[in-house]
Amino acid sequence: MSMRIVIIGNSATAVGAVESIRQYDQAAEVMIISEEPHMIYSRPLLSHYLAGEIERPRLAYRGADFYVKHHVAAVLEDRVTAIEPDAHRVHTASGAEYAYDKLLIATGGQPIVPPTPGQEAEGVFTMTRLLDAERLLTYLRTHTVRRAVVVGGGMIGMKVTDALVKRGLEVTMVELAPLILSAALDQTASQMLSGLLRQAGVEIHTGNSVSEIGARGGHVAEVALKDGRTLPCDTVIFGVGVRPNVELARQAGLRVNRGIVVDEYMRTSAVDVYAAGDVAEAYDLVVDMNRTVAIWPNAYRQGMIAGAHMVGVLRPDKGGVAMNTVEAMGVPAMSIGYGNAPEGEYEVVTELDAPRHVYRRLVVKENRLVGAILVGQIERAGIYTGLIRHRIDISEHRRNLLSGHLSLLSLPDQYRKHVVRGVGIEV
Amino acid sequence: MALSLATSQFIIERDETRCIACQVCVRQCANDVHYYDEENDRVLSNDASCVGCHRCVTLCPTRALTVRRNPLEFRPNANWAAETLRNIYKQAETGGMLLTGMGCDQPYRIYWDHIVLNASQVTNPSIDPLREPMELRTYLGAKPERLALCGGAQRNPVLETVLAPQLQLEVPVMFSAMSYGSISFNACASLARAAQAAGTYYNTGEGGLHPALYEYGANTIAQVASGRFGVHLGYLNTAAALEIKIGQGAKPGIGGHLPGEKVSLDISRTRMIPEGADAISPAPHHDIYSIEDLRQLIYALKEATHYTKPVSVKVAAVHNIAPIVSGIVRAGADIVAIDGLRGGTGAAPTVVRNNVGIPIELALAAVDQRLREEGIRHRASIVVAGSIRSSADVVKAIALGADAVYIATAALVAMGCHLCQNCYTGKCNWGIATQDPYLTKRLNPEIGSRRLVNLLRAWSLEIKEMMGGMGVNAIESLRGNRDHLRGVGLNQVELDTLGIRAAGQ
Amino acid sequence: MKRIVIHEEYCIGCHLCEIHCLVQHSSSRDIIKAYRLERSHLMPRVLVEESGPISFALQCRQCEEPACIEACISGAMHRDERTGAVICDESKCVGCWMCIMVCPAGAIRQNLLGTRIASKCDLCYGADVPACVAHCPNEALTYEEVGEGR
Repeated sequence: MSMRIVIIGNSATAVGAVESIRQYDQAAEVMIISEEPHMIYSRPLLSHYLAGEIERPRLAYRGADFYVKHHVAAVLEDRVTAIEPDAHRVHTASGAEYAYDKLLIATGGQPIVPPTPGQEAEGVFTMTRLLDAERLLTYLRTHTVRRAVVVGGGMIGMKVTDALVKRGLEVTMVELAPLILSAALDQTASQMLSGLLRQAGVEIHTGNSVSEIGARGGHVAEVALKDGRTLPCDTVIFGVGVRPNVELARQAGLRVNRGIVVDEYMRTSAVDVYAAGDVAEAYDLVVDMNRTVAIWPNAYRQGMIAGAHMVGVLRPDKGGVAMNTVEAMGVPAMSIGYGNAPEGEYEVVTELDAPRHVYRRLVVKENRLVGAILVGQIERAGIYTGLIRHRIDISEHRRNLLSGHLSLLSLPDQYRKHVVRGVGIEV
Repeated sequence: MALSLATSQFIIERDETRCIACQVCVRQCANDVHYYDEENDRVLSNDASCVGCHRCVTLCPTRALTVRRNPLEFRPNANWAAETLRNIYKQAETGGMLLTGMGCDQPYRIYWDHIVLNASQVTNPSIDPLREPMELRTYLGAKPERLALCGGAQRNPVLETVLAPQLQLEVPVMFSAMSYGSISFNACASLARAAQAAGTYYNTGEGGLHPALYEYGANTIAQVASGRFGVHLGYLNTAAALEIKIGQGAKPGIGGHLPGEKVSLDISRTRMIPEGADAISPAPHHDIYSIEDLRQLIYALKEATHYTKPVSVKVAAVHNIAPIVSGIVRAGADIVAIDGLRGGTGAAPTVVRNNVGIPIELALAAVDQRLREEGIRHRASIVVAGSIRSSADVVKAIALGADAVYIATAALVAMGCHLCQNCYTGKCNWGIATQDPYLTKRLNPEIGSRRLVNLLRAWSLEIKEMMGGMGVNAIESLRGNRDHLRGVGLNQVELDTLGIRAAGQ
Repeated sequence: MKRIVIHEEYCIGCHLCEIHCLVQHSSSRDIIKAYRLERSHLMPRVLVEESGPISFALQCRQCEEPACIEACISGAMHRDERTGAVICDESKCVGCWMCIMVCPAGAIRQNLLGTRIASKCDLCYGADVPACVAHCPNEALTYEEVGEGR
């Protein structure tokens, strides 16, 4: 009898797992169980959808034939309510139970909404799922919405803000920290992006938070800030961040910290149970420890690793690098690895061309690049990522690399040959 | 600075309806002829520096370029040709000797073009090379006076005579001496690979042998010249044959000079001289002032290699070439290479190249005749060089008495040379006569050797066709067979020197 | 699968690969028309890197484990089922530049000339030999079976 694999979740991790399972094994039965009713869609595209840059069909992350092509049984609109690791079984909200030989928990994260008086008013939204985006878009269509307050100046808040500005709304951003994007950027880059947002008419309140949401006729009408100010607004969107969805795992007795603890093959503490993606606490090679990093590339890659291991193929995780891109007023910004590492402990090389909105911050430790922040000019940024990921000694090529002259000819010979040949290709 | 009277030799015509300003020409010209005008997004050209090498024309993706001779004309004068005037202007400006590259370009009579071949009609059958075997293989080296067999004339005679070492050629064409230094490493590597693939030989010239080319030793003729560059026991023993260079057709009586800027680390190691030092080959070998001295060097080389390799002596074709070669054969040379007036060079004084030496056809005929008369023709093979341009030239040379030919200019042309004659500037846009790393990579030995092998293959097919027409099925049967040759438009003295009859006779 | 192999020792820095790449991806496929009429929205997908006498033409290396596919949020970056080549479906790309952030060769570039899309080599989809290889005058690019998918 063929092996039965159950995957809880239906996003990047699930896709990574399915594609890697099918690369090696056509026989295994694969089942995806997802709470959402939708075909596989891309969460990061939601802000583009919200901005009106793309139509809904383009949210599809894989073709409509994905399940058929990969022989996947998809159980949609059902939620796994319990895992029995010893019995190798899961139970769902609809009362069904499914036996598994291997289980992948890819439940992702859920939005953090700080308890705020008045948050039950109509016009308050979060922004992680398609349903959230649809609700918000419906609200925008059916109500007169001119002013929006976005709570959170991190990646999510930033993307939502950018999208709403593109929709023509007046947006106010409220961030608890003294700087926006402080988790990813340093002060200079953060201020550059704040400046760009302000140019686009965005009001930014940092070191502040929403203490209460005021409603009129059940609909959002204003927010009160911690500093006492009151901002009239028509909608409030929480984009504070996400928290790993670990409840199932915790109840099943798996080892859980902030996320589900996994090894290099994404195995959890329970036999035959894997976890990957935003919910997993996997190895981050820059900080040299396990942690949750909710980014798309990690989710897909970890899914692949877990999928491969389930069907007996060992592709150990060499670790992830935290990274992300955002854009403000068409100026792209990237944060790779430990880009905002403090000076002193780390060697930091920066170059700023403020009028052209170009900034580069490179962080080096023991002759190895560990982080980069790029604003404006992002061409060939992956060369930096490669150097970080492969922990390449750059001592002989410091000048070229750190001066931003990004060229493979500035790389150490052996590494250059490796790259030129193509990663993973042996000649 | 006073005005130069030199005018452009060429003009560049750019079809503006085709030029896309892609700047390939700009990047390809080492003479900085083409340049990009960013303001107008146009490519412009400075004709004055153009040497007419066609690199830009060949690489232009839209075929927008052509190069023409500058139509600027002097008042007609049968005595004072334009070139003579230009040379005087140049000398009056610089006070220097005029230099040039490649072979003599003056309109001396090319005897090959006045000799025609025979073909069989009715009285003897011609041979179809597609149906019947044709032997192009030949051996170079001293041949014995006679063969002694033991076991009598019975069933299984055994050869008793010890044969002198021989070079086995699958095609009677070898690549002539071109040194690493005068040409690029990639050009040397192309020649070496092609020689191996085609079953023939290439010649190191006086530049020594780069370690990376030792693997082609069995197809290498190692030269020992007056500068003795790169000569050591390993070099001698790696090669299949050795060649003492006395003279060169392009510059008889003149030495060589590789300027220090071309002596890179690799070249300095190969030549065993300091990096950046001028490599000067003296005009004479300072230990050879007579045939007896030459004999000493020939035997020194034979001793060093235990008599396992034929030793060749290369001389330029000059007035008394027949007795000179006779002396060389008597001195113990196994092969004599004779280089004619039109032979090429990387650098020579123009006046010497154009005025010194005699045409190879006449030299060959005289030498072959003289050695036969003296009864020593078998003691050495004769290889001729100095502008063998086609398979017809090869066939005519062999019928005139040569055992094989050397080609160098034709080989360079196969690799891309356009005979711009600027080798001595080191700016060869085809990556051949240069050591500039920007330029040398333009010759991919993979392509260079492929083209050379193709050339030899094409010539072999043509030689077989011509031989078949004459009813000859082996190159050995053609050698010295002057009855297959007739002269057209030659006077009696020339016919007599060539040892052939006039067409119709 | 077949990959483009770079022989840097024979790259002559002529940039003909870039020129013919651009032409191949133009709608006219005519070099003069492509340059005269379409150049404003075309960019080559191969990049000649130069430093002193060393140069080579770089295009997507067709990694066995493509970081760009992992990172792509729109599903545009994918492995073509027929050819096995890593290709960006430009109708799906939203120009988020995640692929640029992860490509270790720096072989993906921003194309801002029309709609924002990530521009990369597609091995001249459907062609027997990619244009850059076919037009390299010195065989510094060759198209060979290399790697696992041999």
